[in-house]
Amino acid sequence: MKPSPFTYHDPQSVAETAAILSEVEDCRLLAGGQSLMPMMNFRFVQPSNLVDLNGVRELAFVREDAGRIAFGAMTRQRTLERSAGLRESCPIIPLALSHVGHRQTRARGTIGGSLCHFDPSAELCNLAALHEAELVLARRGGERALPFAEFGVGYLTTAVEPDEFLREVRFRRWPQGHGYAFEEFAMRHGDFAICAISCLVTLAPSGAVDDIAIAVSGVGAVPFRLGEAEASARGERPGHDLYRALATAASKVEAMSDSYVSAGYRQHLARILTYRAVKSAVENAGMRAAA
Amino acid sequence: MSQTRSIAVTVNGRTYEKTVETRRTLVDFLRVDLGLTGTHIGCEHGACGACTVRVEGEAVRSCLMLAVQANGKSIVTVEGLAQGNALNPLQQAFWEKNGLQCGFCTPGMLMTISEFLEEVPSPTEEEVREALSGNVCRCTGYQAIVDAVLQVAAQARAEKEAV
Repeated sequence: MKPSPFTYHDPQSVAETAAILSEVEDCRLLAGGQSLMPMMNFRFVQPSNLVDLNGVRELAFVREDAGRIAFGAMTRQRTLERSAGLRESCPIIPLALSHVGHRQTRARGTIGGSLCHFDPSAELCNLAALHEAELVLARRGGERALPFAEFGVGYLTTAVEPDEFLREVRFRRWPQGHGYAFEEFAMRHGDFAICAISCLVTLAPSGAVDDIAIAVSGVGAVPFRLGEAEASARGERPGHDLYRALATAASKVEAMSDSYVSAGYRQHLARILTYRAVKSAVENAGMRAAA
Repeated sequence: MSQTRSIAVTVNGRTYEKTVETRRTLVDFLRVDLGLTGTHIGCEHGACGACTVRVEGEAVRSCLMLAVQANGKSIVTVEGLAQGNALNPLQQAFWEKNGLQCGFCTPGMLMTISEFLEEVPSPTEEEVREALSGNVCRCTGYQAIVDAVLQVAAQARAEKEAV
């Protein structure tokens, strides 16, 4: 099918975007279009107004400083995937992106579009949870920054108000040489994840876990962290017992069930993939630290 | 601010100026407004890859872009690959290796692979299969397509070494 008619707006700046959003009603923002365009072609969504952000160049950037990495909302997934800087400072980003759709969809798809669509299985939403992302929402006359936990309200739902738009996403930056892993199970390459587990870890000189983060997506309506399990792992020696304890914690999370995949199967995958992710992250933390 | 726009788009080296509905998808613009029916429409929701074209060099799904978004941009479609009646090496390899049966997915396959081989000139079989993950073929079982891609990559390598 084809999209129903709409009035097309193509602002060239953040200020112009904010002005349009303050005036129009029944409006959708078009980022990379890899989710919204199918929904419009199917007429699941029939907005009266479409605001195309692809001309707003100031929304496409990657900026790194000591404590964090900031991404403009319209930064393309392929740009992140190819970034030599991120390959060094945040290698889990290109790794996770290899699971996102296909090369043709990543050429258009953006980090901000993925976060605002907020699919529970989206890899970039998982990474936002993992990196304690801060999301900067702009509107005419101001902006506010939300922590990830307040940005994601529920299934496919965010806290972004109708006159607001995502301007920037900030990830916590982990120290050089940290361990990382992204484990995903999907029916085919590029399909929606049934379960994905990400892990970042740093090791103390003694070899014990210094800091660790584990995020789970595809399992609940929103991606989440294994906060309590992470806390209990800090200071522990890595090894089979620790991996198994974390995997057990992951298997006890509340899981969605649908006509294809039962909650129990998602919990099973969460257990298996958590074991693998933590083990792999610990092992490459050791190697990267030694290198 | 309206529901129609005048746009200028360069396709396969030729610039077209047209007035289009803003809801017109790029693939419909190519096929209906320009008569370039080499690009195929499969699923219209970004799952099958038949409509893949190159916009500013990048392989993208033309059913998920609006024609107005292509304003001022340069596009290559499957019609832009051959030189007159001479197939380009990738098309020739598809021909030789039986990389197509019904041919419906072929334009999208060719446009995806043409971009991929520029980025990864000597791919492994696994890399080829991953690059093709966004293009659905229901006839060949993919093996003949993968063979064609590997053949053209090997040829390009041999020619480079011979120089």
